[in-house]
Amino acid sequence: MFGLHYRLERKAIGLMLAIIGVASIGGIVEIVPLFTIRQTVEDVPDMRLYTPLELAGRNIYIREGCYACHSQMIRTLRDEVERYGPYSLAVESKYDHPMLWGSKRTGPDLARIGGKYSDEWHVAHLNNPRQVVAQSVMPAYRWLAGTALRSDDLGLHLKALRRVGVPYSDEMIANAQSDAYGQAAPETPFAEGVVKRYGQATNVRDFDGVRDVLTEMDALVAYLQILGRLTDAAHKPVAALER
Amino acid sequence: MIGQLTKNERQIALIILLALAVCGLAMAVAGREDPFGAHGTLVILAALAGIFFVIAGYYLPEPSEERHYHYYDDPTKAGIVLAMGWAVIGLFVGDWVAWLFVFPEFNFDAGWSSFGRIRPVHTTAVIFGFGGNALIATSLHVLQRTSRARLPDQLSPWFVLLGYNLFCVVSVTGYMMGITQSKEYAEPEWYADIWLVIVWVTYFVIYLRTLARRKEPHIYVANWYYMAFILVVAVLHIVNNLAVPVSLGHAKSYSSFSGVQDAMTQWWYGHNAVAFFLTAGFLGMMYYYLPKRADRPIFSYRMSIISFWGITFLYMWAGSHHLHYTALPHWVQTLGMTFSVMLLVPSWASAANALLTLNGAWDKVRDDATLRFMMVAAVFYGLSTFEGSFLAVRPVNSLSHYTDWTVGHVHAGALGWVALITFGAIYASVPWLWKRESMYSARLVEVHFWFAVAGTIIYVFAMWNSGIIQGLMWRTYNENGTLAYSFVDSLVAMRPYYIARAIGGLFFLIGAVVGSYNIWMTIRTASRKTSETIAERPDPVIAGTPVLQPGE
Repeated sequence: MFGLHYRLERKAIGLMLAIIGVASIGGIVEIVPLFTIRQTVEDVPDMRLYTPLELAGRNIYIREGCYACHSQMIRTLRDEVERYGPYSLAVESKYDHPMLWGSKRTGPDLARIGGKYSDEWHVAHLNNPRQVVAQSVMPAYRWLAGTALRSDDLGLHLKALRRVGVPYSDEMIANAQSDAYGQAAPETPFAEGVVKRYGQATNVRDFDGVRDVLTEMDALVAYLQILGRLTDAAHKPVAALER
Repeated sequence: MIGQLTKNERQIALIILLALAVCGLAMAVAGREDPFGAHGTLVILAALAGIFFVIAGYYLPEPSEERHYHYYDDPTKAGIVLAMGWAVIGLFVGDWVAWLFVFPEFNFDAGWSSFGRIRPVHTTAVIFGFGGNALIATSLHVLQRTSRARLPDQLSPWFVLLGYNLFCVVSVTGYMMGITQSKEYAEPEWYADIWLVIVWVTYFVIYLRTLARRKEPHIYVANWYYMAFILVVAVLHIVNNLAVPVSLGHAKSYSSFSGVQDAMTQWWYGHNAVAFFLTAGFLGMMYYYLPKRADRPIFSYRMSIISFWGITFLYMWAGSHHLHYTALPHWVQTLGMTFSVMLLVPSWASAANALLTLNGAWDKVRDDATLRFMMVAAVFYGLSTFEGSFLAVRPVNSLSHYTDWTVGHVHAGALGWVALITFGAIYASVPWLWKRESMYSARLVEVHFWFAVAGTIIYVFAMWNSGIIQGLMWRTYNENGTLAYSFVDSLVAMRPYYIARAIGGLFFLIGAVVGSYNIWMTIRTASRKTSETIAERPDPVIAGTPVLQPGE
């Protein structure tokens, strides 16, 4: 064995090929089957897509680095299930490009935060976390409420997501901008289109409480309110999923 | 610097810089409504500065043919200075981020300076800015000495070094503008990723071309590690960053992978960024500068072989230990845990090989802070690889995951191992490169050593305490069978440790500032002599390495 190595270490190309070969094995064995074994991701018919507004909110969540302190992955441990809710399923992040499971909880997990607090609570909390939770160390995000959301390119965003496998329809892509506006303006005609395209369970309301203007606060709160609510598969008994 | 390039190389440099300026212009125009445009402007400015610089030196006399008898060390010198600059920036931002846990309003109420945006500035500046520059600089130095061959040309090392720093600047400024992929340690967006691939391929080509001209029949151990670092990081980088941009005028892209597959790919990348960027590359550094400084041959050639291939093979399986108890299938978690435990063997073999090399030179470790930097680094390497295998065990991970224990573990490795071995290597090579008897001040090296060690220990102990307390509080039940503490209770309990951590980080930063001053003064007072010739005698480190006889 050492004699073989004695010869190998005299050949730069041989050494290069050996390194690539030896290093590739682990990834091939662990990653490739995740795409081929069907049971890796549960089959759930009621899984909904992010609306353009929720997607824009998700992109703000990424932009601000929220994932650095908040996970979105409840582990299969008793205390986590009791603290945060049913443990996370693979299907729940099936349309997450990329996933935001996180690795650190400086703040609590957010996988099931949707619907837990009111929109007003979220707006107040994002504007000044210490007004709502005195001991919080979260940064304040005051500028979100005053920044208009860029929505003219949301169709392109949906299109890019379709290219990586998220089933957005042509209609959804064509109406992305008006759907983003309509979701936060329930009294306008645009609101109906959102429900028609994204389902009855879609939250349609003025998230930041400021009418007429679509802000980044609208988008981020819309996203936070949908977390854990794209499917209710996690709330069903395991047997129902396996059937 | 331009005077060292041949006429031909000056022309190629101008062509490359013009192409870069055109790319920057295209980015600025296509991305005028997006932060992408700002990066276009940055690229144009960088290219124009380069063009100005090349033209200013264009008519300087060409280097003489005599250069082929000397090593080419100027890119290494520049790389060391850049590495120290990034270290100070990265550690400063790191300590600022640490204080934000204590005073959350300490961010000027602006978007660019909020925690979520400057945390990746810290990680990128220290890992890629400081670590990456140190690796490029030392690898080119070691490659030439252990091959007894000059770099193949004068232009490509500069392209790699400056191109790499452009990547770092684009990444760091991008985060502050909100450009990020959110993948930890792979945050830069698609265009920065493509640029890095070009730079990286050139880097490896330098390696192959120099090795092809080597006068030493064997490729020295340090170079195996540097080669594994370059090659595997390329593979990881390309796969994990596969993405579709929103348009050619948008910085934003969407990852090709989603959910569970994305999580596995990301942590396969993330853990092996630790393995091949922060371990393999720095082991290469250790395998050259430690025996060189101690003036002792490597303890065991066979142990080097076993640990090298062990690390190359086993590490790539270990990434899934970041995903215990998640929606990742159980079998992948089990594989990750198993291989993480096995990894202890090659890791400790490397650490032991380093420490046993010091046998017979312990008096030098006592007297010479430079060698002591490297010795303590090897000890921290052993400690943090043990801790890593321990934390990868599933039940241990159920407590430690999501807590500060992970942060403490990372810093035991990053401060205790990566930064200390780098400082040791830099202190060993600066007087050598700039032709000095020794560093400007040996006392200041000593001061830096104690600040660095004290800072690391304060940091790691604070995070062990906070992490374990946090993990225990989250899972404590009261006698009624309900959870005893709210999340906020656990946060309040962290405060003293967060203060201690920020103080530890400050110590480490002060040490790096002292080190930078010392290096700067050494350079400024350098007595210039001719550069070292390519010796006919083999490097004592290689000559001393016990090599097996063929057929043994």
